[in-house]
Amino acid sequence: MTPLAGFLLVAALLFSIGLAGALTRRNAILVLIGIELMLNAANLNLIAFWRYGPHPEMLTGMMFAIFSIAVAAAEAAVGLGLVISIHRHANTTDLDQMNRMKG
Amino acid sequence: MSFVFYLLAALTVAGGLAAVLLKNTVHCALALTVAFAGLAFLYLNLDAQFAGFAQILVYIGAVAILVVFAILLTKGSETPKDGVFSKTWLAGLAVAAGVFAVLGWAVLQTAPMLPKATPAPAVTVGQIGNALVDRYVLPLEIVAVLLTVALIGAVIVALHEKEGTR
Repeated sequence: MTPLAGFLLVAALLFSIGLAGALTRRNAILVLIGIELMLNAANLNLIAFWRYGPHPEMLTGMMFAIFSIAVAAAEAAVGLGLVISIHRHANTTDLDQMNRMKG
Repeated sequence: MSFVFYLLAALTVAGGLAAVLLKNTVHCALALTVAFAGLAFLYLNLDAQFAGFAQILVYIGAVAILVVFAILLTKGSETPKDGVFSKTWLAGLAVAAGVFAVLGWAVLQTAPMLPKATPAPAVTVGQIGNALVDRYVLPLEIVAVLLTVALIGAVIVALHEKEGTR
C-alpha cells in the first residue's frame, strides 16, 4: 500500500465516524463535533494530495487546507452561537425535541 | 508506511471514536481535542509544518475551547435520561457505514495507480506567506471578511434576548 492510500483510508474512516456522530447523536453540540471531524478528514485528504501530488511547490492543496481551516473556525463560532441561542429559547439542546421551526 | 503513521492514525481514529461514542459531553470535547492533535501530527508527518501548527492553534486553541464553553453554557454535560443517541440511530449508522464502504472501496481500487513516495517538498513559511499575498490574495481578503462577519454574527445570534426589545 502506498503512503497516500493509507492517509486516504484514515481520512475516509474519520469522515465516516464524524458522519455517524452527526447522524446519531441527540445533543446539538455533539452534531457540530461530528461535522468538525468531517471537515478535518477533508483537510487531511487535501494535505495528503498536496504532499504526494505532482507539483507540491505550487502550494495549491496546502492553501486550500489553510482556507478550509479558517472557514471551519467561522462555522464553529456561528454554530455554537446558534446552539446557545436555541438553548436560551427552548431550554434544551436535544435535537429530537426541536421539531418546530416557529419555536 | 512507517510505524509512526500507524501510531498517529490509531490515535486520531481512537480520539474521533471516543468523541462520538462517549456519554458525557465534556469527555467528548476532550476526546475531540485528542483527535485534533492526532491530525496535527499527521500533517507534520506529511511535511506540512505550517498546516500542522495552524491546526494546533485554530482547533485545539480555539474550536475545542469554544465547544467546551458551549457545553458548559447549555448545561449539556448532564446525560439525558433517554439515552444520548437519537431514535433513528440505526439508520444514521447504516448511512455512515455505507459511505465508509464506498470511500474505502474507491481508495483500494485506485491504490495501485496512486503515486509512490516522493522526496519531501522543501516549502518554507516564507513561501507560503508570499503565495498568500501574491497568488491567493483575493481568497485571503474574502476569508478576512468572512471571519469578521461570522464573529459579529455569532455574537449577535448569542446575545441575550430581552422581552419585547430586539
